[in-house]
Amino acid sequence: MSILTKHKFIETNATLLLVLSFLVVSVGGLVQIVPLFYLENTIEKVEGMRPYSPLELTGRDIYIREGCYVCHSQMIRPMRDEVERYGHYSLAAESMYDHPFQWGSKRTGPDLARVGGRYSDDWHLVHLRNPQSVVPESIMPKYAFLEEKLIEPEHIEDLLATHAFVGVPYTDEMIEAAAADFRAQADPDSDYDDMLERYPGAQVRNFDGQPGISEADAMIAYLQMLGTLVDFSTFTPDASR
Amino acid sequence: MTKVPPKQEGDPDTTGHSWDGIEEFDNPMPRWWLWTFYITIIWGVAYTIAYPAWPLVSSATTGMLGYATRGEVAAEIAAAEAANGPINARLAASELTEVAADADLNGYAVSAGAAVYRTWCTQCHGSGAGGAVGYPNLLDNDWLWGGDIENIYLTVAHGIRNEEDDDARYSEMPAFGDILEEEEIAQVAGYVMQLSGGTPPDAEAAAAGAELYADNCSSCHGEAGLGNRDLGAPNLADAIWLYGGDYDTLVETVTWSRYGVMPPWTQRLSEAEIRAVSLYVHQLGGGE
Repeated sequence: MSILTKHKFIETNATLLLVLSFLVVSVGGLVQIVPLFYLENTIEKVEGMRPYSPLELTGRDIYIREGCYVCHSQMIRPMRDEVERYGHYSLAAESMYDHPFQWGSKRTGPDLARVGGRYSDDWHLVHLRNPQSVVPESIMPKYAFLEEKLIEPEHIEDLLATHAFVGVPYTDEMIEAAAADFRAQADPDSDYDDMLERYPGAQVRNFDGQPGISEADAMIAYLQMLGTLVDFSTFTPDASR
Repeated sequence: MTKVPPKQEGDPDTTGHSWDGIEEFDNPMPRWWLWTFYITIIWGVAYTIAYPAWPLVSSATTGMLGYATRGEVAAEIAAAEAANGPINARLAASELTEVAADADLNGYAVSAGAAVYRTWCTQCHGSGAGGAVGYPNLLDNDWLWGGDIENIYLTVAHGIRNEEDDDARYSEMPAFGDILEEEEIAQVAGYVMQLSGGTPPDAEAAAAGAELYADNCSSCHGEAGLGNRDLGAPNLADAIWLYGGDYDTLVETVTWSRYGVMPPWTQRLSEAEIRAVSLYVHQLGGGE
């Protein structure tokens, strides 16, 4: 038991004690976290996921800027009541391109993980402008200023490059065409075929129905794509996970 | 220097540690504490055997009980579907017009429909079904596309003016801003206001709108403005307005037209759920 008699030496050297304590604590972290990166049954490949289009990514930034995540989660838990209300439970892969993810931990408002396609653009516009006009009992604040603020894709290449830097598979071609794609998605009269090739399933519309690209356009483009990428009629998640 | 107090007779041994001269008796742990400690260790090991826990090379152990969160929710949903299966099948197979006569089935359909309504319909039509600007009130007997159970069912199933369903109800009022002069729009808006007993700002202009109405509007809205449910053309002679019946709103509607949409529900809800919510809406008060 000679090693046990050395504790006095450790306890009287604060730095050594700190280093050794840290090592002991990190074992717990390593055992719990590291396997998640290599275990096959925690990494589920899902068809249909693609990086956000430039307009959607801008909308997502506005979503974060306005703190929507404070009241809205984006994670449908695997429980019957949630599945019946919101749709199929969320899969980890559905937030694989989210930096940071928007799972949230509090629902003052409803979950938005699958809000895409659930309401019309017009509903979203009216609801953002004055939520109480369509849902009288709502306590959501008004975001009417979004539709008045016109935006330009000034820093969109940088934004995509930054996301590419942290691992989102934006190609050089996507980054180069970012500004053009940004404009094309909000203009149904534009030549948007290339944009759709880069971002399959992206919805092309004048989302707020008003001339120019406003923050509301970007926001509604983002909301309308949430949860729409994975087709659950063709994809069945493994129930044993 | 403090003196080490002399050890008294009957004192247990000390641990041998000394902190600034303070020593600690080597008393045994309380037995209840020690046994609780051992039991938690056994419990912990047993738990990791029973439930998914240990990371191995390519996957983690699945546990003896075979528990999985996803499996649990799938089982819960399957159990609920099995429990409601027979009555849902009966509802899906029944003639819609005959459900009301079957108290059991009707009771089930109306409560199930209320649940579907609260989940999927309240955001536009309101939690009390009173509607909102642009989203029809479902409590009154003023229907755009028909208020009997079969028409309500068709509307719910296929929606209105959407691109997802080829059977969606479709009609489009022209934007008369491109067709009529501003003055003419003012006249016809005034005339329409009069139809339901409103007082237009300029009675003379409104009278002049009668001919414009007959030429441009009556083919859909009818000579007397009673509307046409085959076309979803609203009744203009009642005082019920979807977007507003004041003069400015009427001018706006005539100038720009309206294009209210409703999604098709066949893609999101089951046949029984669509029937249930149709029956729920039908019994709200305005059902024909």
